[in-house]
Amino acid sequence: MMATRPDPAGLYHPAMPATWWLRKRSYFLFMLRELSSVFIAGFLVVLLLQIAQISSGEDARAAFSAMLRSPGWILFHGVALAFAVYHSVTWFYTTSIVMPLRVRGRELPRWLFTALNIGAWAGVSLVILILYLALPASA
Amino acid sequence: MSERTITLDVTRYRPHQEAVPTVQSYAIPFPDDWVVLDALNHIKDQVDGSLSYRWSCRMGVCGSCGMMVNGEPKLSCAVFLRDYFPRAIRVEPLSNFPVIRDLVIDMSGFLDKLKSVKPWIIREQEKPLSEGEYLQSPRELDAYQHFSQCINCMLCYAACPVFGLDSGFVGPAAIALGYRYNLDSRDHGTAERREVLGDHEGIWQCTFVGECSVVCPKHVDPAAAIQRVKVDTAKDWILSLVMPWGQR
Ligand code: SF4
Ligand code: FES
Repeated sequence: MMATRPDPAGLYHPAMPATWWLRKRSYFLFMLRELSSVFIAGFLVVLLLQIAQISSGEDARAAFSAMLRSPGWILFHGVALAFAVYHSVTWFYTTSIVMPLRVRGRELPRWLFTALNIGAWAGVSLVILILYLALPASA
Repeated sequence: MSERTITLDVTRYRPHQEAVPTVQSYAIPFPDDWVVLDALNHIKDQVDGSLSYRWSCRMGVCGSCGMMVNGEPKLSCAVFLRDYFPRAIRVEPLSNFPVIRDLVIDMSGFLDKLKSVKPWIIREQEKPLSEGEYLQSPRELDAYQHFSQCINCMLCYAACPVFGLDSGFVGPAAIALGYRYNLDSRDHGTAERREVLGDHEGIWQCTFVGECSVVCPKHVDPAAAIQRVKVDTAKDWILSLVMPWGQR
């Protein structure tokens, strides 16, 4: 199919500014969601290092744990937790779009599907917390 | 009916006159029931006949009057001036597309993409006419119907930063249209469409910003279509690994 434009050389090509994600709230929130992965990855690296300390002896493990109690690391974990919650909630919402649940041929409303997922997530977290609290203190 | 006056700051680009777009302001008296397109038609008829833009149906059906209105992709025949009054309205060509003149964008790339997803029913074997039409149940129709409401207005492309950064991205409307045919019980073309939809310039380019679905005037929900094609394609790929003999 031939385009009906007169002179391709005369086309104006607008460039996307590097700050495009600051133009709209939804773009900004999208970028936050992308950024959240960096913090979650960071948290996982710290966790893996912490696990690795187990084999390095009691002193090394205690030193590592002491380091994590410093204000900087507590702040990092606070921020990572906020991003992890944001990521998880938006993830559940996107799941309702990607894999909608059909009940009697009708799609379940997305908010309901998201709420059910978050409810299940909270329930599982609660069970893990209860099991953890029930562990003997020496474990 | 009472008339008020509103200012329209309209992007002008006359390639033989200026190298980059400029802005021209028009003060337009308007009755309560005018939409942005009415104001542009008024300018064209009464004030400045050189202003260029596309439109046809004036009722949200043809999809040709898409523009950026105060930075948002809109059908200009569907947005009322009164909702913006007393502030000025910025009218620009749809974002992310090359501009031919004023508010007219070059849609040839979009048309090529639409064609590339083969938006028609592909049959492995056609039935002879004597056997009658291909029947479809209401449920089978329901599976794809809302993805078939697209009017090709390209608002979703104007809202998509991925397309803005990479004009090669097949994009929301074209992928949704391909998916619409994949979902059609009469169609056997999924594998053929996968070449384009499953390409890195297809579904995998999408990072799920989701704005395409927000701006779509027909509630097509292209973002959902793209994510579901991702799931289907991944499932097919896994199946092809575990059951290579089952490949179509
Ligand atoms: S999917 Fe919606 S926004 Fe995109 S071209 Fe079709 S009708 Fe327009
Ligand atoms: S003029 Fe047809 S959709 Fe606006």
